Amino acid sequence: MSVVELQNVSRWYGNVVAVNDISMTLQPGVTGLLGPNGAGKTTVLHMMAGFLSPSKGTVTIDGKPTWRNPSIYRALGLVAEREAVHGFLTAREFVTACAKMQKLPDPAAAAARALEMVEMTDAQDRRIETFSKGMRQRTRVAGALVHEPQVLLLDEPFNGMDPRQRMHMMDLLHRLGDQGHTILFSSHILEEVEQLSGLVQVIVAGRLAASGDYRRIRRLMTNRPHVFAVQSSDDRRLAVALIGEKSVSGVEIEPGGLTVRASDYGSFTRALPRIALGAGIRLRRLLPSDESLESVFSYLLEA
Amino acid sequence: MSTVAYITARGLFGRRRVLLLLPLPLLLAGLALLCHAYGVDPNQWGQAVIVGLGFAVVLPVTSLIVGTGVLGSEVDDGTIIHILTKPLPRRDIILAKLLVAAGVSAVVSAVPLFVTGVLADNVHFGLALAVAAVVGAVAYSALFLLLSLLTRRPVLLGLVYILVWEGLLGRFVSGTRVLSIEQYVIAIADKIAPTDILPGKVNLTVAIVMSAIFAIGGTIYAINRLGSFSMAGETS
Repeated sequence: MSVVELQNVSRWYGNVVAVNDISMTLQPGVTGLLGPNGAGKTTVLHMMAGFLSPSKGTVTIDGKPTWRNPSIYRALGLVAEREAVHGFLTAREFVTACAKMQKLPDPAAAAARALEMVEMTDAQDRRIETFSKGMRQRTRVAGALVHEPQVLLLDEPFNGMDPRQRMHMMDLLHRLGDQGHTILFSSHILEEVEQLSGLVQVIVAGRLAASGDYRRIRRLMTNRPHVFAVQSSDDRRLAVALIGEKSVSGVEIEPGGLTVRASDYGSFTRALPRIALGAGIRLRRLLPSDESLESVFSYLLEA
Repeated sequence: MSTVAYITARGLFGRRRVLLLLPLPLLLAGLALLCHAYGVDPNQWGQAVIVGLGFAVVLPVTSLIVGTGVLGSEVDDGTIIHILTKPLPRRDIILAKLLVAAGVSAVVSAVPLFVTGVLADNVHFGLALAVAAVVGAVAYSALFLLLSLLTRRPVLLGLVYILVWEGLLGRFVSGTRVLSIEQYVIAIADKIAPTDILPGKVNLTVAIVMSAIFAIGGTIYAINRLGSFSMAGETS
């Protein structure tokens, strides 16, 4: 079990502040690093991976600083965004070389295992320069995983992958997360993060805008009404009953059901069954319709 | 051979750039053969071919192509990351790369210089040129390896050193010779096999000490720079 910790980390380039006083702790499991383009995600990842010194603050893995400390790579794997690989090597040669540089006792077996994990066994004896983007990406992941690192950092890992490869990679990251590895991947594609992880670290303009499970983050945004889609045996009568409830700030009647705006998530979800029961209405469907990561993210950006 | 040296060598010989290494030594040995075949007096062609072409062009340019090729091109295309994300002491990475760079540069320049020396005078002179070329290859390689970590344009800066500092200033401003690897190489060769062909202008002690400073100092500095290797904070 490894813990990645950033304490009051800032990084500036000349006058430009790229990362501003960020503190975060990554626990085992899969975490998504989310933010619009230019928010500072790559800078944070590079500092975690020991390829950038923080201008202020400390970045540690299991208490050890990552900057100027190559020994951390025993516990860390990095899949950088830049997809350059030694194209003149075959996938097997590349991953075996990674295993040898990690000084593993049986590099060939470790390489075979890593290539198997990313489903590259069939193409392992082809030169990497002949690979498609997705295959290169998987080969790089195999290279980063060959020593089974406790911490795996991936910068935009799904770029260039087709849907099947994407699914497979998500599945792999899930498995690694479940096994207790600490996985952090950056992405600006919300769907990817939503499918892969409930835990997010959201960076906006160099600052940590939110941290934790995005559904919980949404519930903490009490200044924004929560939107629910409700279907019942009698929508119109339910609307009349709901409008009298204190936690409800608006109800719209639509052809497919009701859209209810609630100012307090907890009070509303507790009140709804009571109100429906009292009015003798059967609830058929209740869906929080703005709990998607996308709406959480857009609320954070607007804030 | 270490894995880093293996990848470096494969990368070097796998690129078309390695073909650039062929014409210069061939030209050097070819010219010497031609002069020898036509019975031209070595005192007439020796200095022009050995110093003008061998020490001033073949040795530094070969070292530049190889020295920047082993590290600069990996930094340039980003593949260096795969080597840096391993728990290897940065010293081992630089030494492996220096070994490959200096080894290849030494072979490529020392062999034709040996042939040229034998044709110009005798085997002893040929060996003197080869030994001096090996010393020069190590010093140049360390310098160009370091340049690959100091600047994004190591080839350009290397050419400025070879052409402007050593080639131009070295000829007219005598003080610059103290910082010219070419002059150390000439001095060392001239001391091992004194002839009228080589114009040794630098004191041997200076040549040896300064070659060592270039080689060792450059390597230590390169190790330190590689330890602080930063990835550009690209926006994403």
